[in-house]
Amino acid sequence: MIEVQGLTKYYGRVQALHDVTFSVARGEVVGFLGPNAAGKTTTLRILTGYLSANSGTAKVAGFDVFDDALEVRKRIGYLPETVPLYPEMTVRSYLGYCAGLRGVSRRNRRQRVDDAVEKLRLGEVRDTIIGHLSKGFRQRVGIAQALVHDPMVVVLDEPTIGLDPRQIIETRQLIKDLGRDHTIILSTHILPEVGMTCSRVVIIDHGRIVAQDSAEGLSARVRDSARVLLRLLRPGGDAAAILAGIPGVTGVRRQADEAFVIESSLDADVRDQVARTAVERNWGLVELRSVELSLEDVFLHLTTQEEGVAAQ
Amino acid sequence: MTRVFLIAYRELKSYFCSWMAYLVIGGFLAISGFIFFVIITGNHQASMRWSFHNMAVTLLFVCPILTMRLLAEERRSGTLEVLLTSPVTDAQVVLGKFLGAVGLLAVLVAATLHFPLILAQYGSPDPGPLFTGYLGLLLVGASFMAVGVLASSLTESQVVAGFLSFGGLLVLWIIGWAASQPGSAVGHVLEQLSLLNHFDDLAKGVIDSKDIVFYLSFMAVCLFGAVRALESRKWR
Repeated sequence: MIEVQGLTKYYGRVQALHDVTFSVARGEVVGFLGPNAAGKTTTLRILTGYLSANSGTAKVAGFDVFDDALEVRKRIGYLPETVPLYPEMTVRSYLGYCAGLRGVSRRNRRQRVDDAVEKLRLGEVRDTIIGHLSKGFRQRVGIAQALVHDPMVVVLDEPTIGLDPRQIIETRQLIKDLGRDHTIILSTHILPEVGMTCSRVVIIDHGRIVAQDSAEGLSARVRDSARVLLRLLRPGGDAAAILAGIPGVTGVRRQADEAFVIESSLDADVRDQVARTAVERNWGLVELRSVELSLEDVFLHLTTQEEGVAAQ
Repeated sequence: MTRVFLIAYRELKSYFCSWMAYLVIGGFLAISGFIFFVIITGNHQASMRWSFHNMAVTLLFVCPILTMRLLAEERRSGTLEVLLTSPVTDAQVVLGKFLGAVGLLAVLVAATLHFPLILAQYGSPDPGPLFTGYLGLLLVGASFMAVGVLASSLTESQVVAGFLSFGGLLVLWIIGWAASQPGSAVGHVLEQLSLLNHFDDLAKGVIDSKDIVFYLSFMAVCLFGAVRALESRKWR
């Protein structure tokens, strides 16, 4: 659905993008993750045809974003970082205007607007002037604007920025729901967000793509040891020492009183032996699970250890 | 083209959503009404020739206020990004904005149509010059608006856009005074560039194709510049 090949972009002398290449398949929800000023917005702006690149190509639905800009734009819905709203218009007239701009025929316009209003639960404010809306509602109107013409691809730049926690949860759920009908690419600098909403993550830093994979795949990739969390009701004082004696275990850390994080080499699965030991010693085994690296760990790992990344 | 009209229509509607349009129309009517009264009671002629001149000068002050917002405000609020990533070309956006402003200009000019009616009530004015005068007023006003669109495309500050277009219009007005040195080639060129000098014939009742062509090409140049200014975001 989206094919980006070797994009490079300079702002004056500053190079914002270095040879950015990635692709998004139909129906995927892809998270564009990176710290501020990493090049996320620039990439999205090039995809939507707002900016052009110095070199490289980008295709959306088979159309080149530079040569067939209008064809691409018909198929894209875009929510920029600053939510684009005309404060003097009502929600419905604004959405109708956006639908018209994107080529929805006058006959279908009303239906499309009502659909978008329903999808984003804007019913109670549909005839309110946008200038009078709260931040959360404005954000939703912004997303509705990107969906009103039923585009194939939806591009959302920092869709949850400035929302309160409940609204953030709602918006994430909404993005997940949208993923069923649309191909979505969203940018964020909030790590847990991609884990919750996206099927795939593209990590970008200083204008370079550092890694791309599923969230689980990424954490597996940077993991250099397997970790197991063990929680016990009655651990003896010597529990840590005994656990460390199990073959394959490379380290044991006692966290709170009853929890132990057991590290082992990747190829050795020590869970069976750990469980057996805990039961034999009557420690009261209540929890035993392997621990994935959090996305935060992955992210820090990838953006701080450039050499390790190049080797991948 | 439907998209151009959609943009123009939204623009025109938004003028009337704030006090701006009402204030400007009211102010324009008050000033031109006063001037009309002074001229008519002074020379007792059933003609609007000198009123037209003064209305054109008043428009020169009014148009920057009406156009400064057009693109500058969209740029500041971020709506420009959505507008320019919709399936419309930059030229369509500029044209739509311009037509929206010209729509308001038409309302403004139409609001003075009771002047000729008053003349007809108390005298017998020649309808020809009244018609060409109004045509000229629309042309000169639309040219002012085109300058405003250009200024508004250059900056994201409404104030800067307003001053830019006002300054530009002022220069284009006063260079016409160079004609007061007859015979000088430079004076002749400057005279031809002046926006208001081309209005003379139309206010008198003469339709000269060179004036019409001047106004239309002047607008085209300004709007072309505005399109380029919008496009410059891509390579800056």
